Amino acid sequence: MLSHPGCKTYFWQGNEACVQAAIIAGCRFFAGYPITPANEIAEHMAVNLPRIGGIFIQMEDELASIGAIIGASWTGTKVMTATSGPGFSLMQESIGYAFMTETPIVVVDVQRMGPSTGQATKSGQGDIMQSRWGTHGDYTSIVFSPNSVQEMFELTIRAFNVAEVYRTPVILLAEEIVAHMREQLTVPDSKAININDRKKPRPGETVFFGSDEIPPMPAVGEGFNIAVTGSTHNEEGIRFTADPVVHRKLIERLNQKISDNREKLVDVESYNLEDCQIGIVSFGSTSRAVYEAVERAEKKGVDVGYVRLKTLWPFPEKPVRELSNVVDRIIVPEMNLKQIFYEVERVAKGNAEVVPINKIGGGELITPEEVLDAILKGE
Amino acid sequence: MMAEKSSIKKYLRGMKFPFCAGCGLFGIVDSFLRAVQELGYKNFKKFVFCSGIGCSSWIPSPFFLADSIHTLHGRSIPVATGIKLRRPDLNVVVFGGDGDLMGIGLGHFMHAARRNLDILVVMSNNMIYGMTGGQVAPTTPFGAITTTTPYGNFEQPFDAASLAVAAGATFSARWTTAHLKELKKTIKIALGLNGFRFIEVVSHCPTGFGRKRGLKTPQEFVDWVRDNAISIGEARKIGKNKQKNKIVIGEFIRKPRLTLIENIYAITREAQKLGKEN
Repeated sequence: MLSHPGCKTYFWQGNEACVQAAIIAGCRFFAGYPITPANEIAEHMAVNLPRIGGIFIQMEDELASIGAIIGASWTGTKVMTATSGPGFSLMQESIGYAFMTETPIVVVDVQRMGPSTGQATKSGQGDIMQSRWGTHGDYTSIVFSPNSVQEMFELTIRAFNVAEVYRTPVILLAEEIVAHMREQLTVPDSKAININDRKKPRPGETVFFGSDEIPPMPAVGEGFNIAVTGSTHNEEGIRFTADPVVHRKLIERLNQKISDNREKLVDVESYNLEDCQIGIVSFGSTSRAVYEAVERAEKKGVDVGYVRLKTLWPFPEKPVRELSNVVDRIIVPEMNLKQIFYEVERVAKGNAEVVPINKIGGGELITPEEVLDAILKGE
Repeated sequence: MMAEKSSIKKYLRGMKFPFCAGCGLFGIVDSFLRAVQELGYKNFKKFVFCSGIGCSSWIPSPFFLADSIHTLHGRSIPVATGIKLRRPDLNVVVFGGDGDLMGIGLGHFMHAARRNLDILVVMSNNMIYGMTGGQVAPTTPFGAITTTTPYGNFEQPFDAASLAVAAGATFSARWTTAHLKELKKTIKIALGLNGFRFIEVVSHCPTGFGRKRGLKTPQEFVDWVRDNAISIGEARKIGKNKQKNKIVIGEFIRKPRLTLIENIYAITREAQKLGKEN
């Protein structure tokens, strides 16, 4: 893999594309624990990171993996871990810690069928709500959902950029299908790739947890005497375990720094929103069936529009609401038992009927025919 | 005449420690800072402190004038791992309690010792979950009354200093808050070594534990600790059975071996050569 690429084309798995993107984005520390279907990410990191002076370490569990990347992030390093549902569950407490301490980390969850051990090798989309609400307390998540190998690459780079710029954990919510399938991947010339780094403090600065909505982040060993804590803290990192004002100010800012930038964070692919009778809201691998269904519906003279969510959280309310204003019916296909469905219903506010298509088990995909049937049912 | 310059206050932010009156942690703080001072460190620029959750995790955070990372319950060692791997030049020191390191975080403790991660772990063992009000811990003596063993503890405690040896620590020692001079000396030794170093300090907790054991004042508790301590040499002579209910003190192991940092960076240098060939 390349740390400074020219334009190149590969036939790769999504998990490989993720590793290549992470390295280009500047990731130099990876800690992980074996889990299907995310293993290839750790394995390719183990091969490639040491060659460019980075560190790969396999930890004793997922609690340790995310702890290690949080520690490494405080040395000024870009960091990542990758896991699947069971490991993602174990990491939730530390995701909250990273949010609270404003530690940039990238967590890849390659979804499989849950709950519990479920079906370890089979794809699913069941961690949507967990990625939003998995840790305790009031927090705001940033979650991206790729639907191709190319997008696994692009959204991994974006995940690093956003984590660094906003000083917060970012989750790449992949799926077994996207992680394991092979497709053409075009890695652009390095000049064409935008890479962002965290803001560093000037010498003598002491405020790393406030004042600015997104404060600068020092590294350990630079003489800043940083106090980092997951307890409620003031702008200088000093613990206040009971003060209501300090808590409110901190938690409101941590949430606002994401919600204030919702427009920048939300990314969707939309199609034919002006002339459609029926709308579809989809994400991840499921959206691939939507493409074909829409094409076939058009041949039958039915105009369908869609919004595909590349950003799952913050939820793309505006484009979904706009869709609900145009159409009478919105179809929401998901490989779970209705998770994004309720978000669409909430945002549509009764403007349109929201119709679910759900399928779980065995990694069986929602087919173009099933989506097409749902499209034609109301005609 | 050198009182100002030799003061250990220069290592502190100047905030008041929140520990109970008569807490054993004051002695541990004092011993650590004096050890650092005697080693000639003018400040904590070359140090990073990690801690978890519990009274002793508040020792460095935020009271030390240093980089301190106050992590989740049990996760100080993983965070220290990430720091040390990327900044091998810094002294990474973990402070924690027996609940943090022998309970919820034991897995990480064992693996860090196995890897021979280059950190110093100072564990205050008050034999109880102090911050949450005195519940039974994995280090509570058999039969002891706590808030969650109201009829007596029906489990055997861990011997942390021996556990560290078994897991691969290159240095392991146990002292008590009745042996602060020895503790200071041991901290100085440990800070001068590499690899995984562990110091257990059996600490008196008059508020959380003393009141349940009839040790009403801090002094009574310290006296009890001192009276029950036997040296590791003596302990080896009298055998396991007679050691029961005794606190074995001294150096358990000092046996250097290649450390995680030495090994991982040796491999990385080799891999980098491969990277350049491609």
